[in-house]
Amino acid sequence: MLAYTIRRILQSLLVLLVVGLVAFSMFRFVGDPIDNLLGQERTDADIERLREVLGLNDPFIVQYGNYLIGAFQGNLGISYRQGRPVAEILLERAPATLELAFVSGIIAVVLGIALGVYTAIRRDGILANVIMSASLIGVSLPTFLIGILLIYFFSVYLDLLPSFGRGQVVRIGGWSTGFLTSSGLKALILPSITLALFQMTLIMRLVRAEMLEVLRQDYIRFARARGLNERAVNFRHALKNTLVPVVTIIGMQFGSIIAFAIITETVFQWPGLGLLFINAIQFVDIPVMAAYLMMISVMFVFINLIVDMLYFAIDPRLRVDRSGAH
Amino acid sequence: MKDLQTEPTLSIRNLTVDIPTRHGILRPVDQVSYDIQPGEILGVVGESGAGKSMAGNAVIGLLNRPAHIAGGEIWLGGTRIDALKGDAMRRLRGKKIGMVFQDPLTSLNPLLQIGDQLVETMTAHLDISMSEARKRAIQALEEVGIPAAAARIDSYPHEFSGGMRQRVVIALALCAEPSLVIADEPTTALDVSVQAQIIALLKRLCRERGTAVMLITHDMGVIAETADRVAVMYAGRLAEIGPVRDVLTAPHHPYTRGLMGATPLASQGKARLHQIPGAMPRLDALPDGCAFHPRCDCVQGKCRQNPAPDLAADAGRSACWYPVGALV
Ligand SMILES: Nc1ncnc2c1ncn2[C@@H]1O[C@H](COP(=O)(O)OP(=O)(O)O)[C@@H](O)[C@H]1O
Ligand SMILES: [Mg+2]
Repeated sequence: MLAYTIRRILQSLLVLLVVGLVAFSMFRFVGDPIDNLLGQERTDADIERLREVLGLNDPFIVQYGNYLIGAFQGNLGISYRQGRPVAEILLERAPATLELAFVSGIIAVVLGIALGVYTAIRRDGILANVIMSASLIGVSLPTFLIGILLIYFFSVYLDLLPSFGRGQVVRIGGWSTGFLTSSGLKALILPSITLALFQMTLIMRLVRAEMLEVLRQDYIRFARARGLNERAVNFRHALKNTLVPVVTIIGMQFGSIIAFAIITETVFQWPGLGLLFINAIQFVDIPVMAAYLMMISVMFVFINLIVDMLYFAIDPRLRVDRSGAH
Repeated sequence: MKDLQTEPTLSIRNLTVDIPTRHGILRPVDQVSYDIQPGEILGVVGESGAGKSMAGNAVIGLLNRPAHIAGGEIWLGGTRIDALKGDAMRRLRGKKIGMVFQDPLTSLNPLLQIGDQLVETMTAHLDISMSEARKRAIQALEEVGIPAAAARIDSYPHEFSGGMRQRVVIALALCAEPSLVIADEPTTALDVSVQAQIIALLKRLCRERGTAVMLITHDMGVIAETADRVAVMYAGRLAEIGPVRDVLTAPHHPYTRGLMGATPLASQGKARLHQIPGAMPRLDALPDGCAFHPRCDCVQGKCRQNPAPDLAADAGRSACWYPVGALV
């Protein structure tokens, strides 16, 4: 177990180094930082001085090393557009995205698993088949279209829920939360459903397929032959075995939720990281783009690592086999 | 209630199982009748696909759809059970009828400790507390010969060898003290070296408790050593039934004789081995007349036209127009 953990952490670090290299290359080689910072009226002496200050005359590897150390300490450069440290901007925007992703994630996981289990157990039922058909729509409709349809129905037609923004937020320390005001909660509903829908249908179909497979196993038959009731068979025996492989993918989904938030945030003008990134692209704000990409990668690597460890904790077979103990 | 002493534990009458398919109805079990007395071991043999498992699954109410009981009766200790539905049937499983499957590697839930699987089975059927169930679980493991049972009860299935796992499966099948155990090829998936131990264990435990056993196997050697009576199945029908000694030493049905020839009994030399020519017909392509006639070496005209004679529950031994022993 320990050896495996260490190996996985080393692997993760390696991936992060490569990601850092990509981000750094963008930062350093896409567009000219001198151009971006000095504007039109400049002298050669200014340029040379700035090159020296920014370390642009150092060998590549030193620059890369400095960039990584800086990034590690939270120094991600200065936004060209806002003239403020990128790290500061990211921190400011993060709560909006994290709260949206959190609510969406819960909706997707809870409803996804519940519906997946239901449609597997009642596989021939009418309702289960209706749900399965409806889920096809969920998978095939693009997110922005779902968002727009929801806005049209709930905001324009029914005038029940806001169509854009976060509503009123409350600041707690450095964190701005929408959970504490009714307008903040209302504003969360449509974007989080939009963002959750795709992941929810994915999880549901996955859970259903996996559960049907598990229900065919001998130990389920044997559990029935021992006279256990349906609840014990379905939930104690089948569900647990279903969730082992599903946990990995659900974990990965959470990373996708944050990444996919870009579209939802754009549709709903949700002031989070995704919207920040879209705006940064429009203004070719390279430091913000590089930092965003790096942040997303770090998150994926991190989630991956946690999910792997979790998998390990759930499945007793792995615990023994990998550690070699007996 | 009739006198339990004389009543068979299991009594099957004209049991018929149907599988409706797009191309018509298949009949994997056709008019099968037999009894198993308390404490008796009935061996059920026949080639793969003969309907042995189907008959066993029908008794415990675990036929996979679309297979279903299409006719006949199943009586368990004086109660008719073939028409029981849902929870009523569920209560009988484990409590009155235990089952042992072929592959111990896949019969146990890999994510649950074996103790938990024993406890959940006992608490499902017996009115006992968790701690009492756990105590009995340790006892049950000791009885099936798991060393250091008290320590091993919290182990996961993968921490046991195949033979040990089948012992656990047997403990699970017997832990609520059923009156009938259906063992469907309980040693087929095991190493040859442990097969005999597992069969001996099953036999000893069932003898001690007076449990009736339906032992499904295609191994005539196992039947010879273990069973009291043997039922031979062919293409869904009962071909022959009788006391083991009689059937094995003087088989009446040509199929039984062929089966014994195809089994490498230790006492026989290799030279005596002979295979039955051909293969068992598929259910959707059963021949006219006796299903066995295309492979039979004593086939006569009548066998080609007329279905094999019925094998009544208590009369006769083989469903053959020209039984071997009876000819001489
Ligand atoms: N779902 C099914 N559809 C069609 N035929 C089936 C199905 N399940 C089993 N059978 C047939 O039923 C017959 C009896 O099977 P089984 O009882 O498992 O045989 P045995 O246990 O004696 O080897 C076999 O011929 C098999 O092909
Ligand atoms: Mg079988």
